[in-house]
Amino acid sequence: MIDNNNFLEKFKEVLEIEDQEIGLEVEFRNLEEWDSLALLSVIAMIDDEYDVIIKGNQFKELKTLNEVIGYINSQL
Amino acid sequence: MSFLKFKNIKIVGASATVPDNKVFNKNSPLFDNHDDYNRFFESTGIESRYTVGNSGLCTSDLCVDAAKRLMKAIEWSEDSIDCLILVTQTPDYVLPATSCIIQDRLGLKKNCYTLDISLGCSGWVYAFSVAAAILESGAFKRAILLAGDTTSVTKSPLDRSTYPLFGDAGTATAIEFSQEFGTTAFDFGTDGSGFDSIMIKDGGYRNPVNEKSFLVEQKEDGKLRNDLQSILNGAEVFTFGISQAPKSVKQLLSNLDLKPDEVETYLFHQANRMMNERIRTKLKLETNQVPYSLDIFGNTSSASIPLTLCHAKNDSPSNGRYMACGFGVGLSWGTAYFELDNAKILDINYI
Repeated sequence: MIDNNNFLEKFKEVLEIEDQEIGLEVEFRNLEEWDSLALLSVIAMIDDEYDVIIKGNQFKELKTLNEVIGYINSQL
Repeated sequence: MSFLKFKNIKIVGASATVPDNKVFNKNSPLFDNHDDYNRFFESTGIESRYTVGNSGLCTSDLCVDAAKRLMKAIEWSEDSIDCLILVTQTPDYVLPATSCIIQDRLGLKKNCYTLDISLGCSGWVYAFSVAAAILESGAFKRAILLAGDTTSVTKSPLDRSTYPLFGDAGTATAIEFSQEFGTTAFDFGTDGSGFDSIMIKDGGYRNPVNEKSFLVEQKEDGKLRNDLQSILNGAEVFTFGISQAPKSVKQLLSNLDLKPDEVETYLFHQANRMMNERIRTKLKLETNQVPYSLDIFGNTSSASIPLTLCHAKNDSPSNGRYMACGFGVGLSWGTAYFELDNAKILDINYI
């Protein structure tokens, strides 16, 4: 199981939104900073931190950060 | 496992030609402001590209220039060349094969073997393996391998996720039969389930060109383009590249019983910096082992590996052990190992 807070910190770092209060239930595609580059950066961060590569079509199914964390945990 | 190994194959030289039209991404209207551009640049590393623009230049024109200069530099006469292979996905015509036209334009002999290969980012590696297989027995002595694309014309100018990434280039690589020269080896792979990750939907025979093909609209992926312009599913290609490219390189190293640091130079297909750096670090390679050309030339599809070789010639030796890995449209990937011994690598030309 990965550390949820650590994941959230890394996610905010990638999107450069360290000063925003967001929770794990956030639908991250609705964030103003979310775009195709953010998507690649998040996939890269997850690969870096957890050695898990989430394919594009799998990632599409994940709506909230909780779901992303769930997916990472299922791959560990 | 798909492992091929040859011992009589030598790369004699390589050259590359690009259109003399440099486009700086920082001036692109696709970016709202400087910060917006900086974010793009930090991830992709692509500052500029050379594109054909409205010049009418085709892949064949760029490749013919590269081939003529190379043949002159290595003193290969037209009638000494037995085999001409062109790898491109932007041919002159639907038919005939562009390599036939180039045989005539280069003045090669009429009993020349010519072949077009339709592959992109992995194309140079595949075409090199075809040339190697044809030459290995010594029946054919000399082959010219042309690899080029004018990919910029296939992208929608309204799509910031593709348009600023691609540049145009044509290259030539001279390969000959050379008894017991050294080791040339390959690893290959294909995953056609990802065929729609990089794709032009209309204009072939599955979906012939029709009036709707020209309609620019927002597609299901949110991008503005028409169906004669290329789809690029960035996330799909990104995850594919960072998983398959390092695997393929590791497999080939292991088949050859080599350690990563026993190969001096790694030439990767130039996709974008974030992706390529990830591949580099996964393989634990030093920065000086991995030259780049994408900062100046962008992603040049099948031309990227030989273009990078030409671009980096001052930084890395044209001797020693090389690994080249291409990955992308298909989805298709391939890795080549080869050794250079005083290969003639020419300066890039601008036409």
